[in-house]
Amino acid sequence: MNRHLISSADLSRDDALLVLDTADELARISDRPIKKLPTLRGRTVVNLFFEDSTRTRISFEAAAKRLSADVINFSAKGSSVAKGESLKDTALTLEAMGADAVVVRHNASGAPHRLAEWVHGSVINAGDGAHEHPTQALLDAFTIRRRFGRSSGSGGAGAAPAPGGALDGLRVTIVGDILHSRVARSNVILLHTLGAEVLLVAPPTLLPVAVDTWPCSIDYDLDAALPKSDVVMMLRVQQERMNAAYFPSVREYSRRYGLDSARMAQLPERAIVMHPGPMNRGVEIAAGVADSPRSTVVEQVANGVSVRMAVLYLLLGGAEDTQ
Amino acid sequence: MVHAKPSDGKRGEPGPDVTARPASRDGKVVLEEAEISRVLTRIAHEIIERTRGAQQVVLLGIPTRGVPLAGRLAAGIQQVEGHPIPHGSLDITMYRDDLRLRPARTLGRTQVPPDGIDGQIVVLVDDVLYSGRTVRAALDALNDLGRPRAVQLAVLIDRGHRELPIRPDYVGKNLPTSQQEVVRVLLTEVDGEDAVLLGQAGDGGGRPR
Repeated sequence: MNRHLISSADLSRDDALLVLDTADELARISDRPIKKLPTLRGRTVVNLFFEDSTRTRISFEAAAKRLSADVINFSAKGSSVAKGESLKDTALTLEAMGADAVVVRHNASGAPHRLAEWVHGSVINAGDGAHEHPTQALLDAFTIRRRFGRSSGSGGAGAAPAPGGALDGLRVTIVGDILHSRVARSNVILLHTLGAEVLLVAPPTLLPVAVDTWPCSIDYDLDAALPKSDVVMMLRVQQERMNAAYFPSVREYSRRYGLDSARMAQLPERAIVMHPGPMNRGVEIAAGVADSPRSTVVEQVANGVSVRMAVLYLLLGGAEDTQ
Repeated sequence: MVHAKPSDGKRGEPGPDVTARPASRDGKVVLEEAEISRVLTRIAHEIIERTRGAQQVVLLGIPTRGVPLAGRLAAGIQQVEGHPIPHGSLDITMYRDDLRLRPARTLGRTQVPPDGIDGQIVVLVDDVLYSGRTVRAALDALNDLGRPRAVQLAVLIDRGHRELPIRPDYVGKNLPTSQQEVVRVLLTEVDGEDAVLLGQAGDGGGRPR
């Protein structure tokens, strides 16, 4: 594995499976009376958030704390960034404080990549602009793997745990605002690495320019895609990133690309519905669907902590090999 | 960052590691299959004796090879006493004191019997006792799982060179070694055969210090 986690493309198939298997073991910690491991004692993890976030920041904080790392939370609001400090100067400040890992979210694509050149510690991308969000992709893959029973085997009390499988042959449909979605890009790359077939469904205006170079297929008709999907991942329409009219009205979008109970009924029996959150109920996903047993929304959040623990452990837990 | 060394990894090691087999046979055979079986039978009896019938005993094996050993001891005790002995595994990776000296390792599994360890006599089971650091880590890991009434230690091989004040309660075989030598325990469940080998460093394998 690389020292940094900036893109899903940094992960080979074996790397990705290692993260997922490690997360499987770490998920067991949450059943224990003492949900803490001493592994990252004395190491400092900085959460550097230039953009608002609930789930991801809390999830990284919980993950780092369960591994006994010291966590420093930094949000752009109320910091010197508001006074005009640049990303580089902020990075140098963190460097001087001895951060072993920097978890960064930024509204500019590529910011974590730049940051990685300036700091010594590991940089973990927690979402940069419309580029990537690799830990979200990992936790989605983790959730799919668990729901489809491909996690590392039970093995009984005897032998070592059997390594979990990949997602070969599963059909994943990602629906909605692909254009502004870092989750979609990271998921397409990672799911492809793990052997799943990915289908993107969106209005043509919400697909990025070079989407035909992505390792996935594209469709514009949700109703045709649903019966052949094992997983449907609904994405939020990111109004805050939209500077033009991408579709005539929210109502029309919802009619054509929203997942309501009638559409959910077209899914195969075993299929699951995912959403990275935050959800706009009534737009891309109906309340009845979001709260149905097929929905993995809450599970995804819980799995996020285990997956991020695995990432932090694998990046920080051992010796640096870049001597 | 690279992965843990192959012999620690789960991936690429499905059952018997064929590529490692020829090298692993190098070295002097210290215990044969029948001897290992005899030694485990004796330890099982010692556990019964020392714990007065193994009434409240939980056996926890330390991955990788401590886990099948714990299973065999549990079966051995059950044969004599007639009641099942709860057994499981205790992964100590996250509690090691040398994590920062080597690349991140693959985690093993911690599987505690459903009734837990509170108030029980926990017998830790490992293949080789060397520096004692693994056992120290295991004691720390136990601390986070509950409060056993007592903790005891059973090992197949005690090869000396302790670096911590730790001693085993049940020993399969005391094996005086030099630090240049490498002790390898092979078990059917993991390696496809039962044997204990003593070789020189560089033979491949061996326990990390």
